[in-house]
Amino acid sequence: MLHIVNKSPYEKSSLTSCLAHASKGSALLLIEDAVYAATKGNSAEADIRRATQELTVYALGPDLEARGVRASIVDGVKVVDYGGFVDLVAEHRTNQSWL
Amino acid sequence: MSQVAEETESEAAAEAVVKKFMFVSRKAPYGTIYALEGLEVVLISAAFNQDVSLAFLDDGVYALLKGQQTKALEVKNFSPTYRALEGYDIEKLYVERESLAARGIREDQLIVPVQVVDAKEMAALMEQQDVIIGF
Repeated sequence: MLHIVNKSPYEKSSLTSCLAHASKGSALLLIEDAVYAATKGNSAEADIRRATQELTVYALGPDLEARGVRASIVDGVKVVDYGGFVDLVAEHRTNQSWL
Repeated sequence: MSQVAEETESEAAAEAVVKKFMFVSRKAPYGTIYALEGLEVVLISAAFNQDVSLAFLDDGVYALLKGQQTKALEVKNFSPTYRALEGYDIEKLYVERESLAARGIREDQLIVPVQVVDAKEMAALMEQQDVIIGF
């Protein structure tokens, strides 16, 4: 399963909800304002670090760059481009968008 | 005083009224259009010779981060526009200390000079306003 989250953790509870429902071995892709969650100093940093133990966590590079936060990404989070986004969707049997 | 003279005088007085306007930005850039639209309204407000201030709190502080590169997103990087506000005599930019701290952002990472205030000071500033418009 590929989980996709697109909202800032300060804005909505979708990341918290997603993490509570993501099974071990799943993938989590952070896009749009959700990429802030994977930046150092964000309130979700600890949750993301914990998530990297059980899930493969990705963040969309163009969204990190647009927001000027690419350099402050949490260790263990993999950065993918749009092609990588497509690959992730194709590789997983199901995907779930936590809007 | 004639009625005409009186009306002319009251019109002039109405024109001279300066109100305190505060624009409150609470949304991150790009994920939604609020931050950009808010900035455009601020620029428009500059034409009306009012006492304008901007407040950045919650995710709104992210709009001021240096180093934004939006090429791959194919949207306009509007962060340099905050630097142009000074040219329109909009110089009161307040950023909430707690919002920066909660996001691991330091003042030197911001694209424009701002006044960092705590939530209590921000509340007091809001109390001083005639009009508050939130984005």
